[in-house]
Amino acid sequence: MNAKETRHEVVKITAAPHVRSDESTTRIMWSVVLSLLPVTIASVWFFGPSALLVILASVAGCLLTERLFGSRRSSLADGSAMITGLLLGLCLPAGFPLWMAFLGGIFGIGFGKIVFGGLGQNVFNPALLGRAFLQAAFPVAITTWPARTADWWALRGDNFALPFMSPSAADAVTGATPLGNLKFGDDPVTTPLLELFLGTTGGSLGETSAVLILLGGLYLAIRGHLNWHIPVSILLSVFAFSGLFYALGLSPFSPWFMLLSGGLMLGAWYMATDMVTSPLTNRGCWVFGVGIGLLVVIIRIWGGLPEGVMYAILLMNALVPFINRATQPRKFGGKPPATGEAS
Amino acid sequence: MVDRLPSFRNGVHPPENKDLTSGIASRRLPFPDEIILPLSQHIGRPAQALVKQGDRVERGDVIAEASGYVSSFVHASAAGTVKSIEHWPHPSGAMQPSVRIEVDPHSTQLQRPRLVPHWDEVPAEQLSEEISKAGIVGLGGAAFPSHVKLRPPEDQPVDVLMVNGCECEPYLTSDHRVMLEQPEYVYQGIRIVLRALGINRAVIGIEANKPDAIEVMRENTPDDLDIRVQPLEVKYPQGAEKMLIKAVTGREVPSGKLPSSIGALVQNVATTASVAMVFETGQPLIERIMTVSGRGIKNPGNWVVPFGTRLSDVIAACGGFTEDAAEIVFGGPMMGQSQASLDVPVLKATGGILVLSKDECKRQDILPCIRCGKCLDACPVFLNPQLMGALARVDRFEEMVETNLNDCMLCGSCSFVCPSNIPLSQLFAMSKIQLRRLSAA
Repeated sequence: MNAKETRHEVVKITAAPHVRSDESTTRIMWSVVLSLLPVTIASVWFFGPSALLVILASVAGCLLTERLFGSRRSSLADGSAMITGLLLGLCLPAGFPLWMAFLGGIFGIGFGKIVFGGLGQNVFNPALLGRAFLQAAFPVAITTWPARTADWWALRGDNFALPFMSPSAADAVTGATPLGNLKFGDDPVTTPLLELFLGTTGGSLGETSAVLILLGGLYLAIRGHLNWHIPVSILLSVFAFSGLFYALGLSPFSPWFMLLSGGLMLGAWYMATDMVTSPLTNRGCWVFGVGIGLLVVIIRIWGGLPEGVMYAILLMNALVPFINRATQPRKFGGKPPATGEAS
Repeated sequence: MVDRLPSFRNGVHPPENKDLTSGIASRRLPFPDEIILPLSQHIGRPAQALVKQGDRVERGDVIAEASGYVSSFVHASAAGTVKSIEHWPHPSGAMQPSVRIEVDPHSTQLQRPRLVPHWDEVPAEQLSEEISKAGIVGLGGAAFPSHVKLRPPEDQPVDVLMVNGCECEPYLTSDHRVMLEQPEYVYQGIRIVLRALGINRAVIGIEANKPDAIEVMRENTPDDLDIRVQPLEVKYPQGAEKMLIKAVTGREVPSGKLPSSIGALVQNVATTASVAMVFETGQPLIERIMTVSGRGIKNPGNWVVPFGTRLSDVIAACGGFTEDAAEIVFGGPMMGQSQASLDVPVLKATGGILVLSKDECKRQDILPCIRCGKCLDACPVFLNPQLMGALARVDRFEEMVETNLNDCMLCGSCSFVCPSNIPLSQLFAMSKIQLRRLSAA
């Protein structure tokens, strides 16, 4: 028999392994989006149609930028731009002008991700970078928190303001966030913890309901779509450091208040756990998480801002390459790598 | 889980798919009309052919001898006439010098009587020589000549024999069947290997997904030897030498060293059974139990296949392909090799032939790495496949040595878990070849 006659029509020739797990990057991304739905719906429940508009504007900015400048044709389908848009929207106040939210999305994806080379290449969390840009560009608008109103349909601020027009802030009835209240208020009041936990307080859209963020985060952790070491290390270290300073009388915030207020929950479960911008090893994740926790507490107590989660995470994002280098795994049957050789 | 079974750290859990064949007793495959015996079926130098065109050979006759210390003998697996010695498609993908034997259809295919000394009456050194002459190589997949392993370096005495019954590759059930069907051969082989090493302690490691094998092996344990059957956690790659040793002893074989450096030696269960076969019946290594499985083959099963049988003959004996057969693999799905030709012969190390359906071997598009770290959590030797993959993709092979590429055993765990479907272990296999080329230049 001639060898050439029996080439088979079963033609797939691939390198091992020939079987793969069902896990896929696309599936991870969309399950993050799915887990954010309860928080998103709650924000609309709390803040009315304004919340929906702000989120849509920031999502639109992200998707459009990804579509126009993304390096791969299918980069919208992987869901990562959708996550950025949702997260950015969720950390803005309800009365935020839509054009600003849209611009934040463009900046987050454009300068937070595309310029680095797209998915997987960025150093900073794109959503937080977008928010940091908005914080720098529009410091007043981003800290104008709407008060709760009886009329659900009412807009919670000047959502339809146009660029270069002085905002008609006078229309908006503003309230303060629990953190701001306690830190800068003339008459410091502590918001009850249960309100913080359920989310019936003022603040950014998705920052208010600790319980829904916890549920979404737990869902992702159980499915293995986020590394639980990161939120656990952040929350534990925030609790420990703030407890210490509270006990020493240096801080007005009780550790429980620290945990449940502001953007800590959203940041710990969704921003810091961004796989691209967090360390590779669990050991590294603990260094990263404790670093964030410490920075959050320091900024909240002594910083010029009521909230420090955003800058804490961005600062630690910058350190991730160094953390990765310092926490390389020790090879099987070998000694730990000599740290002096790195670099 | 109150009592966790011993294992190693990291690793993966691919779907086992062993129930396709684990309950099917092995049957003898009909002798084909032609067998093709490559001179290279083992690690080391190819054997030297001793026959020429037109020679008549009986089943069990030596047709090629070892051409050095790390080499092996090859025996005729069926009686017949040497048709030619020529280059023939080899499962490795290359053309290899092979002895083609036209099988005599009228032969009874009884093995020519072969004199083998009684294992208990010859000096221990002679045992390894007999094992070499019988062409025994490791049947777990690597096909390393067994007699070499039986003579560890002088300064590294072995004190425990580890018998590998893990069979951690999905689908494969040939070792499982060996333990169920030939426990007395396995133990006799262990006895002989222990004597060759001059020790009396052995541990048989079996993954807990084979409770019947664990039971049979326990029932048959001889009282006069210090042998323990150790169930192990079901996890890939539990059957890798270093992982097995870690699970059983808790010790790590130092990087770049042999298991004997910590006093251990690993032999596969099928290898020990074939050692016993040599001394009990005189039969050299000419056939083995092999799993033919996957959802692309009509009748999966376990078969006793003479080496040199063409893939096409095995497929035909198993009822042929199903409609959606997509890929043929020699070995397991994690480390086995895709086959392009149905003419390739089965080799000593071929523990399984898989015909995977389209659904079983489907792959999704490769996406950018999102640095999720799942590959680091999967790597059984604690490397950083994320960093290594990034280096390999831009051809920085020399730097990969610093990231311990040499410790990578290409088990495929990182590729298996990667959500972006980056072909990491393929990149590392390529990098190893490129590095060898660079150092040769």
